[in-house]
Amino acid sequence: MEVLNTFLIAPFLDMADSPIFLLEVVIGGLMAGVMYSLVALGFVLIYKASGVFNYAQGAMVLFAALTLVGLMENHVPIIVAIILTMAVMVGVAMLIERYMLRPLVNQAQIILFMACIGLNFVFEGAGQIAWGSNVKKLDIGIPENSFEIGGVLLNAFDLTAAITAAILVAFLAVFFQKTAIGRALRAVADDHQAALSVGIPLKTIWVIVWSVSGFVALVAGIMWGGKAGVQFSLVLIALKALPVLILGGFESVPGAIIGGLLIGVFEKVSEVYWGPAFGGAIEGWFAYMAALVFLMFRPQGLFGEKIIERV
Amino acid sequence: MSSQTAEKLETGAATAAPLLNVNNIEVIYDHVILVLKGVSLQLQKGGIAALLGANGAGKTTTLKAISNLLRAERGEVTKGSIEVMGERVDQETPNELVKRGVIQVMEGRHCFEHLTVEENLLTGSYTRRDGRAAVNESLEKVYHYFPRLKERRTSLAGYTSGGEQQMTAIGRALMANPHTILLDEPSMGLAPQLVEEIFEIVRDLNVKEGVSILLAEQNTMVALRFAEYGYILENGRVVMDGEAASLRENEDVKEFYLGLSTGGRKSFRDVKHYRRRKRWL
Repeated sequence: MEVLNTFLIAPFLDMADSPIFLLEVVIGGLMAGVMYSLVALGFVLIYKASGVFNYAQGAMVLFAALTLVGLMENHVPIIVAIILTMAVMVGVAMLIERYMLRPLVNQAQIILFMACIGLNFVFEGAGQIAWGSNVKKLDIGIPENSFEIGGVLLNAFDLTAAITAAILVAFLAVFFQKTAIGRALRAVADDHQAALSVGIPLKTIWVIVWSVSGFVALVAGIMWGGKAGVQFSLVLIALKALPVLILGGFESVPGAIIGGLLIGVFEKVSEVYWGPAFGGAIEGWFAYMAALVFLMFRPQGLFGEKIIERV
Repeated sequence: MSSQTAEKLETGAATAAPLLNVNNIEVIYDHVILVLKGVSLQLQKGGIAALLGANGAGKTTTLKAISNLLRAERGEVTKGSIEVMGERVDQETPNELVKRGVIQVMEGRHCFEHLTVEENLLTGSYTRRDGRAAVNESLEKVYHYFPRLKERRTSLAGYTSGGEQQMTAIGRALMANPHTILLDEPSMGLAPQLVEEIFEIVRDLNVKEGVSILLAEQNTMVALRFAEYGYILENGRVVMDGEAASLRENEDVKEFYLGLSTGGRKSFRDVKHYRRRKRWL
């Protein structure tokens, strides 16, 4: 009875007790979720086009953020620094295509996955050799003050992150659904061989995809770096993207967004209301538990592409 | 068909270089597996040539060597040459070949399952740079030849029937505006009636649009009816070639590929024995 009360009744009573606080928790969760979505997006893009789970996405976020901060420390104006960082990410995409994807063409997924793990270390190492391993502050002039709307406390930085993510997603959705290159990207994702046979050059497509995902990594890097400082632990947020992807589906851009938001809210709400029953700090692992449960019932994720099987 | 064929053969003979000239190629997979051991063939402009043979004879590999999809499968043309309109193409990427007007329709259809039928067709126009209007015109042309695809244009290709997928695959290739289509096993897994329908359309395309076709087919009977010239492959070599009509009459072809024999029914043991002894190579 005691247990039942702690887990099933008391939390909901607390929620009903102060709806404004609940709303704040939910909004806080959504904001955190946006940040997860940003990282998850990078995974989705690469997974869609090359069928690879890019383990190095987190390291790419770190690398992009480090490059940006490093340039800014050398008194490069912020706009120029962002453009230069983007150029670096495109260059990196070309190198990856040339020295990793091309020699491994038509190899099993697991081999590409291993290559991505290797890539992860390359990024981590290269970023730190070039820019050092100290925690760096990234200030790109996003306001960080909080304000109130209708009694709910909001943070301007989180709000900016949310709006940025929304714009990014809209851009990606149009890019994938409406342009010829987007169509070609989806075609490659479906069937490499067939895409080759109709004259879609895989090399170009791969460079584009890795560049776009480098761009997403840069945006995520700016947001996370601005929030938590540019530091090595940025790599670890990539792991948080995993439950997001399992929830949202590996192939789905909307899935990455909604999955991220769900995980964010889920984490915060469970931490605040159920946390005390476990002695706190359940934020760290609750998302993984949720993903595990989810896997049992819907392995392709909420929005994952249906595994088409004709009978 | 015969008068048109004769006409086409004449014009073919008049132009010196064949449209497609495969000259004694050898193909090795993964640096060790020798699959083609010297295959030569020609495709005349406006012609239909058939590559025939059993499983593993090298039909698909020959087509992939021409379209250069081989490299993505770790295969390589190690000897010989491939020419399209007199120019060597053996080092070109599939992308460059499609731009040249040579496109392959792969065995087993290979549609993009999660794209709609129309999107599938549009991917075929990736290499074209002649504007949206021209592409739309081609799209209408494809729908004209394959009215069924127009009905299914918004369904995901993965949910269409095998015949519709084959049509989508051929239509998709047409969208690139090719002069030559390398058609691999279009009859695979289809009902005889559908095979007939698809071959009729292919012949239509050949006659009306002037698309030359190199066909790889296990269904020798159908292939020799629609093609003008045939090559028979066995173990990576061309063991016999000739006009479709003469191949159809050839005793060995009848025996081995058409399942017809003059001597009436034989006991199973005799047939096996006879086959084992009488190989071309």
